[in-house]
Amino acid sequence: MALKIVKGSIDRMFDKNLQDLVRGIRNHKEDEAKYISTCIDEIKQELKQDNIAVKANAVCKLTYLQMLGYDVSWAAFNIVEVMSSSKFTYKRIGYLAASQCFHEGTDVIMLTTNQIRKDLSSPNQYDTGVALTGLSCFVTPDLARDLANDIMTLMSHTKPYIRKKAVLIMYKVFLKYPESLRPAFPRLKEKLEDPDPGVQSAAVNVICELARRNPKNYLSLAPLFFKLMTSSTNNWVLIKIIKLFGALTPLEPRLGKKLIEPLTNLIHSTSAMSLLYECVNTVIAVLISLSSGMPNHSASIQLCVQKLRILIEDSDQNLKYLGLLAMSKILKTHPKSVQSHKDLILQCLDDKDESIRLRALDLLYGMVSKKNLMEIVKKLMLHVDKAEGTTYRDELLTKIIDICSQNNYQYITNFEWYISILVELTRLEGTRHGHLIASQMLDVAIRVKAIRGFAVAQMAMLLDNAHLLTGNTQRNGICEVLYAAAWICGEFSEHLEDPMHTLEAMLRPKVATLPGHIQAVYVQNAAKLFATVLRKQEGAPDSQAAQETSQLLIDRLPLFVQSANLEVQERASCILQLVKYIQKLQQKDVEVAEEVSALFAGELNPVAPKAQKKVPVPEGLDLDAWINDPPSESESEDEKPKAVFAKEEPKHTRPRHPEVDEKELARRREARKQEQANNPFYIKSSPSSQKVYQDAPGVEHIPVVQIDLSVPLKVPGMPMSDQYVKLEEERRQKERAEKKKKEKKKKREKRGRGKKGDSGPESEEDITPAHQVDIVTEEMPENALPSDDDDKDPNDPHKALDIDLDKPLMDSEKLPVRTHRPEVLKSPAEDGDGEPAQAEPKKRSSKEKKEKKKDKDKDRKKSKEEKKKKKHKRDAEPEEPVEEQMEEPVQSEASAEVAAPPTSTPTEASDLDFWLSNAPEVEPTPPETTSTPETTSAAAPESEPEEPKDTEPEETKSSKHKKKKQKKEKEDKEKKKKKRHHHHHHHSDGAGDESVQNGTVEEEEPLPPMSNYCLLAENSYIKMVCDIQGNLQDGSQVVVSVIFENKSDCFLKSMEFNVLDSLNSKLQRPEGAGPHDGLTVPFQLPPGVSNEARFVFSVQSIVMPQKLKGTLTFIVKSEDSSTHEKLDFKLHFTCTSYLITTPCYSDAYAKLLESGDLKASSLKLEGVNMPFHHLLARICFHHHFSVVERIDSCASMYSRSIQGHHVCLLVKTSGETVSIDAKCDEPSLLGNVLEEIKQTFSRC
Amino acid sequence: MIKAILIFNNHGKPRLSKFYEHYSEDTEQQIIRETFHLVSKRDENVCNFLEGGLLIGGSDNKLIYRHYATLYFVFCVDSSESELGILDLIQVFVETLDKCFENVCELDLIFHVDKVHNILAEMVMGGMVLETNMNEIITQIDAQNKMEKSEAGIAGAPARAVSAVKNMNLPEMPRNINIGDISIKVPNLPSFK
Repeated sequence: MALKIVKGSIDRMFDKNLQDLVRGIRNHKEDEAKYISTCIDEIKQELKQDNIAVKANAVCKLTYLQMLGYDVSWAAFNIVEVMSSSKFTYKRIGYLAASQCFHEGTDVIMLTTNQIRKDLSSPNQYDTGVALTGLSCFVTPDLARDLANDIMTLMSHTKPYIRKKAVLIMYKVFLKYPESLRPAFPRLKEKLEDPDPGVQSAAVNVICELARRNPKNYLSLAPLFFKLMTSSTNNWVLIKIIKLFGALTPLEPRLGKKLIEPLTNLIHSTSAMSLLYECVNTVIAVLISLSSGMPNHSASIQLCVQKLRILIEDSDQNLKYLGLLAMSKILKTHPKSVQSHKDLILQCLDDKDESIRLRALDLLYGMVSKKNLMEIVKKLMLHVDKAEGTTYRDELLTKIIDICSQNNYQYITNFEWYISILVELTRLEGTRHGHLIASQMLDVAIRVKAIRGFAVAQMAMLLDNAHLLTGNTQRNGICEVLYAAAWICGEFSEHLEDPMHTLEAMLRPKVATLPGHIQAVYVQNAAKLFATVLRKQEGAPDSQAAQETSQLLIDRLPLFVQSANLEVQERASCILQLVKYIQKLQQKDVEVAEEVSALFAGELNPVAPKAQKKVPVPEGLDLDAWINDPPSESESEDEKPKAVFAKEEPKHTRPRHPEVDEKELARRREARKQEQANNPFYIKSSPSSQKVYQDAPGVEHIPVVQIDLSVPLKVPGMPMSDQYVKLEEERRQKERAEKKKKEKKKKREKRGRGKKGDSGPESEEDITPAHQVDIVTEEMPENALPSDDDDKDPNDPHKALDIDLDKPLMDSEKLPVRTHRPEVLKSPAEDGDGEPAQAEPKKRSSKEKKEKKKDKDKDRKKSKEEKKKKKHKRDAEPEEPVEEQMEEPVQSEASAEVAAPPTSTPTEASDLDFWLSNAPEVEPTPPETTSTPETTSAAAPESEPEEPKDTEPEETKSSKHKKKKQKKEKEDKEKKKKKRHHHHHHHSDGAGDESVQNGTVEEEEPLPPMSNYCLLAENSYIKMVCDIQGNLQDGSQVVVSVIFENKSDCFLKSMEFNVLDSLNSKLQRPEGAGPHDGLTVPFQLPPGVSNEARFVFSVQSIVMPQKLKGTLTFIVKSEDSSTHEKLDFKLHFTCTSYLITTPCYSDAYAKLLESGDLKASSLKLEGVNMPFHHLLARICFHHHFSVVERIDSCASMYSRSIQGHHVCLLVKTSGETVSIDAKCDEPSLLGNVLEEIKQTFSRC
Repeated sequence: MIKAILIFNNHGKPRLSKFYEHYSEDTEQQIIRETFHLVSKRDENVCNFLEGGLLIGGSDNKLIYRHYATLYFVFCVDSSESELGILDLIQVFVETLDKCFENVCELDLIFHVDKVHNILAEMVMGGMVLETNMNEIITQIDAQNKMEKSEAGIAGAPARAVSAVKNMNLPEMPRNINIGDISIKVPNLPSFK
């Protein structure tokens, strides 16, 4: 045997290994492809051999060739063979090859499932590791489903090396198999507090990645992350968490408030630039989310801007880049604070690094004002001249246009200047953005009526010098400008000084070299110009001129009639015939000018780009229905010429038959107008647009712009915008002077009248535009839908992960398990009776199946309900929330559950609320307790909490309620905010959610607000509220969370918390402290601030309630004095505070009762005047019970103490009498709990 | 998420490519070429971040790269990664290579691309950062190498001997051609931690 192996290796010696292959390729530089193809042939031979070592060597070489771009998918099966080798060396080679070239389409992947599973459970941690690494690259939905359970087991592996890999790969599993998210999430959450920093970091990584896509589902983790942020020292983890908070704050502004302080501390303290930068980024996100309500964060903004300035000034280009990047985020909400650093940003425009210049350009966008626009653009124009690469220059060009046109030309005071800038930009060689300049020209000329005269003059010049633009074929991008020029000259030809000259320019033979769509515009607008020229000439005594003009057209147009471009040809031949006809009339001395102009009468109004989309579909119109029978074959549509300026293409209703006489035309136009007026689908123009040129008062009532003749009109190509800058300066000065004069006058007048002159200093921004600019706004159809389309990518894999994670798990939500693997998921109360699961990997366990059958009807009912609900909603509003759309692709009943709308467990929601509210106002309720964020995380049980299955019928019943709830969901945040002021952490909505989950809601009556924090003590300086809860991990510990609120105007410091220990309960003090020493509260309180501290007590017996006396001492520091104060309090440890809400299955519950270990007791409450579900909710909330089963007015409930005592209740109600039968393995504990329940209800 | 990790030399020859999303071989080569084109025309002393029309992903993505001697190390990441963090990760990666290969140079990467892959797998998994602690990475790599050696045992000996002989005989024994300047000098950067 050994001999055989040695022999195999000797054979192998003569095979090429990877190094030989690489060396060979390097030696065959000239005929590399040929050499490689012979190598591939060799590899194919090697793969045919039985020796696994030879195969592995071949696969290793293939991996290298794959990197060079060779397709090696043909060897996929051999790769699988190598993967399944028992030797780590070969296995690793196989998995590496698989990770490089396997993907979802690789069919042999399905052969790997068992091999991977075997490797995952291998005793060698590196086998497992290498399998996990490989799997992370090629996991498919099938693999994810089949292996999810195995990977989840690995998340609790003893070796941190495996744990961290398993945690990390879960993200990939979630992406491919979204149903696994909910069952796996509790364990993932646990891993956030893993002792190994690597595992912790991996868990943070995964949750951050998940939360980035669907942040709202992870809000409830905020307290946990907050704790990690304040405790972790790993910068990687910190950066991830801080980035996560940046994604969460927009959803919850209160979170932002809480974050600002620790983040600013970090900014001040950290030396790591990366951390500093992320902190600044998140503070910016917080400030953005707060920007509406909180004006007093200017200090934070200043800090950020100041830190960013340091970054930008740094010599390290990376920091400079990032500084600018972050600055642009501040710019959106706090432009003022950025504007003060204009100098710095302009300086960055000169940087040699293109990335930095581009970032600086982005910033400029927000820095312009009316005052500095011209100056900034001037500077940019200089850069345009200097710019070497076309990409950067084009970027500059678009930025200039963006900056100028933003907010409807808000900052432009002088449009003459802007037009001349646009004309100057046409000098750019080889730019791609000719059409951008063109559309700007059109836009300005159409919308700013006052500028038309000037624009037309400039455009005429462009047309005259068209050869400059078209001379070089390289510049054909820019000749788009001629499109705009021709159209403007034609459309607004009445402003032309010498239309005849322009007409000639437009009909030059050279025009025929332009692109077709431009020629078409030339021809059409030549006709418009012709009409204008005729009108001028007919008025003149010399009638010969008019005929000469016609002759000019007749001479020149045939050139276009021959054009290969259909559009040009058609238009040219129409117009040619028309002109010929006109010429005939002219020869008979008929006046035609009026009628010819009537051809082009009418004014255009700009239409909003979205206008067509926004036309509402009228009732009864089915757009999807065929109008005619569907055609048998699709018609080719690619012959249509592309419309470049679809928006501006205006006169599609121009006459098609120029032969038809004018009367006929007029008649038709009238008819068409009539039709359009009656046609609801036609976007009507405003009534003013129906007016005809000649008597258009719309044009006349606009003050005519006097073209300043001091500026000589130059050939384009000469910069002249500068002159406008100068002129504008002068104008402004003059204006200012005049204003001052006026003001003086006013003042004098005022003084004369004896009034106080209180006109403040003139605002710099207060610059009046050069001329009254009438910017026509874009038209929208009537009753347009006010929606902004939310264009979300339907293929985004992350959409499927938008799953509510706070909702307790359903029975049906389990990862598919194989028989031979131990079942991992069990009901917490059901330990020890794991039923064997079914062998079929794709089917769920038999138990689940049984339950499924039971629930099927209910489910069906429910899904119907849901569908109905959906329909209802769709009718009501066009846009559905994302969660609802999500439900559609999900098929199975079980997964329908997964996609159910988000609700949150009552404790978590309320805890988050509470955690977020800084100033609690607590109604004095009896000292009762529930869990706080601490347990939310800490109490995440080993196996997932599962909802009792019997809640479902109630859920069906309460679906009505649910529907309402969903709608409420949207306003939830707002409501929360409002409610914070009243009962900060338990709003009626949340309570409603809770009762739904506990299966108790029938009516829609909202539950009264409930609080789990109770008043501890209070004086004029300070108020303490506390919450006591058991610690699940340690049966002898109780955690007391105390919120200290400073009620005074003074600073409270040196707070010390001390409790007189009893024999049974002791405050846990740090090592070395004496038994009577107080604990220092780890913070100080500025006026009006509150903060929370936690104290741990060790408890021996939990069967009796306890009271502990304590004192808080503190120093009150006001401006001039400081006094020492103290406040006594009594901590009340009730027996319920030792109970922990634990879910329980009804069958496990039944077993528990049957076992006979429990002692019984009972209680009767009289005169309880509340709905049954309220009663149950109260018991659940105040006494930490969960509902196991409920039938009409009878319910069974369960809870467990920190020391493992089971407490079972049977609650029955009839009329105003409530009877509670209770069982527990510890009678005195039970007695006390019942007593406390009684007190709760006697109080209300 | 990290979308791709590319290493290529000053002439655009790929030395390692790791894509965390699937692309066809042709597209991969195209991405490498395009990335090389973008990165190579940048001066030294400009910033290490690049955005622009890339084949991978969309506007959310960035190229973060470092240039060491003859090699470019390029990470393509989306916005969930910290830019400076990734720069530091590249540094950790190179330092780790330096430790594992003892004064790493381009030739190490050329002839032992599989080893580089294995080292990378201990740092980044499925596009997510797995480990940033260099000592931890090296510990794991060493342990795996040891396993590999023990597996090879006697059977591996002849093969090792042959490859040693091959190396000795061949005139273009790599280390002899261009020693010195192509060795990647790992600069001491201000540490991230």
